Amino acid sequence: MEESGSASPSRAITVHGLTKSFGNHHALKGIDFEVSRGESVVIFGPNGAGKTTLIKILATIMNPSSGRILVDNLDLKDHAIKIRRSIGIVTHQTFLYGNLTARENLEFYARMYDVPDRQKRIRELVALVGMAHRLNDRVGTFSRGMQQRLSIARALLHRPSLMLLDEPETGLDQEANAMLWEALRSGETGTTPTIILTTHSLERGLEQCSRLLILVQGQITFEGSKQALKLDDLKRLYRHHTGVNA
Amino acid sequence: MKYWQKIMTVTWKDTIAEMRTREIISSVLVFTLLVIVIFNFAFGTNQTTLNLVAPGILWVTFTFAGVLSLNRAFVPEKEQGCLEGLMACPVSREVIYVGKMLASLLFMLIIEAIALPIFAFLFNLPVLSLQIIVITVLTTIGFVTVGTLFSALAVNTKAREMILPILFLPVVIPIIISAVLATGTALAGGSWSELASSLQIIAVFDVIFLVVSFLVFPYVIEE
Amino acid sequence: MLRKLLVWLGVTLMVFSLFLVFVYVPTERTMGIVQKIFYLMVPMGWLAILSFLIIFVGSIFYLAKKSRRWDNLAFCGAETGLVFTTLALIIGSIWAKPIWGVWWTWEPRLTATLVLWLIYIAYFMVRSFASEEYRGATFAAVVGIVGFVDIPIIILSTTLWRGMHPGPIIFQGGLEPAMLFTLLVSLAAFTVLYVLILTQRVSLRNDQMELARLKELYH
Repeated sequence: MEESGSASPSRAITVHGLTKSFGNHHALKGIDFEVSRGESVVIFGPNGAGKTTLIKILATIMNPSSGRILVDNLDLKDHAIKIRRSIGIVTHQTFLYGNLTARENLEFYARMYDVPDRQKRIRELVALVGMAHRLNDRVGTFSRGMQQRLSIARALLHRPSLMLLDEPETGLDQEANAMLWEALRSGETGTTPTIILTTHSLERGLEQCSRLLILVQGQITFEGSKQALKLDDLKRLYRHHTGVNA
Repeated sequence: MKYWQKIMTVTWKDTIAEMRTREIISSVLVFTLLVIVIFNFAFGTNQTTLNLVAPGILWVTFTFAGVLSLNRAFVPEKEQGCLEGLMACPVSREVIYVGKMLASLLFMLIIEAIALPIFAFLFNLPVLSLQIIVITVLTTIGFVTVGTLFSALAVNTKAREMILPILFLPVVIPIIISAVLATGTALAGGSWSELASSLQIIAVFDVIFLVVSFLVFPYVIEE
Repeated sequence: MLRKLLVWLGVTLMVFSLFLVFVYVPTERTMGIVQKIFYLMVPMGWLAILSFLIIFVGSIFYLAKKSRRWDNLAFCGAETGLVFTTLALIIGSIWAKPIWGVWWTWEPRLTATLVLWLIYIAYFMVRSFASEEYRGATFAAVVGIVGFVDIPIIILSTTLWRGMHPGPIIFQGGLEPAMLFTLLVSLAAFTVLYVLILTQRVSLRNDQMELARLKELYH
């Protein structure tokens, strides 16, 4: 069943009238935006603006209160399981089990995502994130940075076409962060994935993404491409919309 | 079949984590032993008294063991946000429920398989009969069906250790009653037909709560 | 308008049932005057279960629709239900004293009521232990659904547990027509009372919620 009107082959995400309430607290108050395939979009906003809620809803971890979301022209509500296959997610939490080894963790997720040729894919990815020498050690014994690098491998296992990055830099060190972007840009996941990034760092967001949104108190107050936008302009823009310095 | 593969993957993940640390099995087993020994002091060593109270002791012990082990079922999922990682996986929420439930069932059955012979030994009672094994397996299934649901619920509350017994115990009272009755009948040398009504209640409970928990589980973990 | 009608219906039924209980219905032979408490105890037990039905319905719709109004219905059903279940227990033990000579007896129906009371408590506990109110409502709904489904199994198991105790026989053909009529009237009277209390409580809670929402909005 094609979604009439809003269907478009080049569109990765369509969000229309998205709201989310937690009791009397309205975290998202009617969000509309679109993301084209292969595009990188950054969402800026102060703490509590609803960035994480938005990411969780897109990742189908959380249900929206109302509104419509299409991912690859499929309604998220009806095709959640199918859509999850194409989503990779990196947050400040690693989603890794401390009592399992690195290999077991990756194997677990690989099985959940039906990754073909599991062992080979796992070896590829741990080599990519530089964790091959610790493959058989318990994740609980790893440093924070190592766990984060392994979580990048976890997110890329099934070659997602849509990457959701929720403030990745809060957990990732400089090196790991560079590694993540390198992997995303190098076509590690097959084609260039669509990327949605939330971050506090205006600098990094501007550097990595082609379009930006500013989310304030559950509403998008600014949307634009980064063309001709310098960091200082962005800082001014951000202060203007949020009332705080980034 | 894909469905079952995913369920078994969740169970497999829980099982290897448990085999590595033996966090649940060893601690609950020690607890079980302690309870059995303490009951011995409470009721004395008179064999007639023991015969009378043995079914009660056995089921109080297993019930508490169940609460203790189910309390741990969702704790690893909360560290490092793993539950969200699971929810982002391309499986329905029910797969998570059934997978976790089967793992808890396995752990409980292992604990009981070790505790029953010890119980038989210390109380000098023939609890290692087919009848009692059937009662134990059926009742344990009942425990883990509701227990897994409430464990997922409790882990999202402020007082996770406290809330599970408060929810779990009143709901499982019917199967505790039936298990105690059936165990008493079995120990007294009763026939299968005398056990039938108790076993039926337990089996009905198992089926109903498997279905109900299966249906409401998604609401417990979703926000 | 409907409320006024219900009030008058309730008052009439209540007075009528008092007349039936104390004047019309013959006194039971073996138990004597004590047996008359039966016409109070049965309605209490009925309301304890009816309330859980309300919780069950409210809970299912709350999970499906996530609307506060359904949760309010379930919550108020639980509040009134807890009151009537507690009364059922108290009246049950008042009844037990002259009949069996003890304040508490593990009579199957009384035992089942006690278990039900414990599930009511769990329903409120889970709310107060939730970190956010809306999650507490969801968790309570789960307890409400599980608890309601559990009721028949509880009744079955407690009956099996005690064997057949010489308890009051209600609908097994052992009740005289006059007694049955009296019982039905008093059931009706208390059901009307219950509906009045519940609707009042629900509208109060809806207003409370609305007020809280508005306060939040304008702060």
